[in-house]
Amino acid sequence: MRTYFRATISHLVLAGFAVIALIPLVLVLINSFKNNSEIYGNPFTLPTSLSFDNFVTAWTYGKFAQGFINSILLTGTTVVVVLVCAGLAGYVLAVQKVKSWPIIMIYLTMAMTVPIQLFIFPLYSVIAGAGLTDNVFVVGVILAAINMPFATFLMRTFFLNVPVEIEEAAVMDGLNTIQLVTRVLFPMVRPGLITVGVIVGLNAWNEFLISSTFLQDSSTKTLTLGFLTMNGTFSTDIGTMMAGALILIVPILAVFIALQRYVVDGMASGAVKG
Amino acid sequence: MLTTLAPDTGRSGKPRPVPVRRGNHFRKQTATNYLLIAPALLLSIVIVVIPGILTLLFAFTNWSGIGFNFDFVGIQNFQDIFADPVFATSLTNNIKWLVLFLVIPVIVGLLTAALLLRRKKMRTFYQVIFLMPYVLAPVVNALVWQTIIYNPNGGVFGLFGLQPPTSSQSTSLYAAAAVDMWHYWGFLTVVYLGAMRQTPVDQVEAASLDGAGGWGVFRHVYLPSIRPTLLLMGVMTVIFSFLAFDYVYLLTQGGPAHSSEVMGTYAYAFAFSSFEFGKAAAVGLIMSFFGLLASVLYTWISRRDLTR
Repeated sequence: MRTYFRATISHLVLAGFAVIALIPLVLVLINSFKNNSEIYGNPFTLPTSLSFDNFVTAWTYGKFAQGFINSILLTGTTVVVVLVCAGLAGYVLAVQKVKSWPIIMIYLTMAMTVPIQLFIFPLYSVIAGAGLTDNVFVVGVILAAINMPFATFLMRTFFLNVPVEIEEAAVMDGLNTIQLVTRVLFPMVRPGLITVGVIVGLNAWNEFLISSTFLQDSSTKTLTLGFLTMNGTFSTDIGTMMAGALILIVPILAVFIALQRYVVDGMASGAVKG
Repeated sequence: MLTTLAPDTGRSGKPRPVPVRRGNHFRKQTATNYLLIAPALLLSIVIVVIPGILTLLFAFTNWSGIGFNFDFVGIQNFQDIFADPVFATSLTNNIKWLVLFLVIPVIVGLLTAALLLRRKKMRTFYQVIFLMPYVLAPVVNALVWQTIIYNPNGGVFGLFGLQPPTSSQSTSLYAAAAVDMWHYWGFLTVVYLGAMRQTPVDQVEAASLDGAGGWGVFRHVYLPSIRPTLLLMGVMTVIFSFLAFDYVYLLTQGGPAHSSEVMGTYAYAFAFSSFEFGKAAAVGLIMSFFGLLASVLYTWISRRDLTR
């Protein structure tokens, strides 16, 4: 009886926190289908009819078609650069074949905690001077550099779990280091690559400070920045704002739920910046 | 430094064989390995370290950010900043932010992680829900709260006849911090739960046999076992609290009347509103100083993990 009572309490507490996490998202969902007079009455009521007008307005004025393309290009750049560079670096640090590896590890730890505000001002000046602002690929590479230390650490732990024997067998077969890494080890650490890819991808997709500073032109704005520009025009049009929010929320939650195992594993195995 | 480190292969299983063929082949292999690690290091150095060093330099100049014309002004920027009451407000707000984040999300994270430890079936379900705000963009989270919760016309606050907390000087900082904490605590749940699950089962069983209740087991077995994780996340919280930017900038822009200004928004305004990049660099340097203290602490705490 007592254990039953305890289990109920713990379920209630967990459900309570789940409600706290979900309430704002549920409000987005139900209000995105409502017109403003319905919302002004009470934001908690369910919509009386399913109207998609809000979505059409949000899609057009938030320039979401362009935003999706820009966000995909930016995030793709970051993920590819990080996976290649951090994958290779993680391997070298795991097998410790370079003598200075402890110094490199300490360098990466320090680099992981360097604040954006310490380097953004000169970086902006140089990039602007070179005429490279408003370029999603440049921002993608900058975000890759910021995510590199953490990604390298995470890749290193995945390489550490590959048995030494496999590497030895490959070397016996006459593979050189590059063949060994690309043909044998990368396929073996595939879960690691997915974990790092998803976490870094989410970071890049959601990033605000660097993107908003370097992408000012409306044709280069990412999805989140396009949504932000709607705020001024539509701040009194709650239904349209909620529809815009829902368009941004649904794809991210879909990817997250599909790949949640990798995200949760990655977070549980090491501190992830956010 | 190098010589004090014990040689360790760092991998399970057989010890790594000493390379037999030295000379040419070995040197070539080392070169290949440096080549493999070079792209990651070069990117980090060019984009993060070199501009970081430039910031150190520019903090002592009157640089406007446009072109590279500037004069050295000594410690003038720092004198101006320390004399500015807004800087004092910003620093105080960063410290308030730090205290809030070291208390509320940590307690909620520990509580939910401890409860999830026993809920084996529902564990994944709850973790996914708790993490949902965490995986969404700060822009989305901030605008959702501003539009449908804090909004006095049509939002939840309006429904209850409340004024928006973002536009009052006494509550603006907490209004921004609340949204950030709402988005952040689920991450701590997952990290803490991951650490708690590493606790050896026999320790838990031994404590239960000794008659320890749920709280006793948590207090005397799980809490000591996750101490390194608690410490690490604490240090991370210190670092990020001094760098807080997104939610403040998006929800209050540091206002009203600078009441929610933090060092991040204060520096940003110098650079991109008044084009005083020299002063922005100086504030960036001050913020980094706090981060650096925590970073040194972090490197020190995790030194064993790093060189294992």
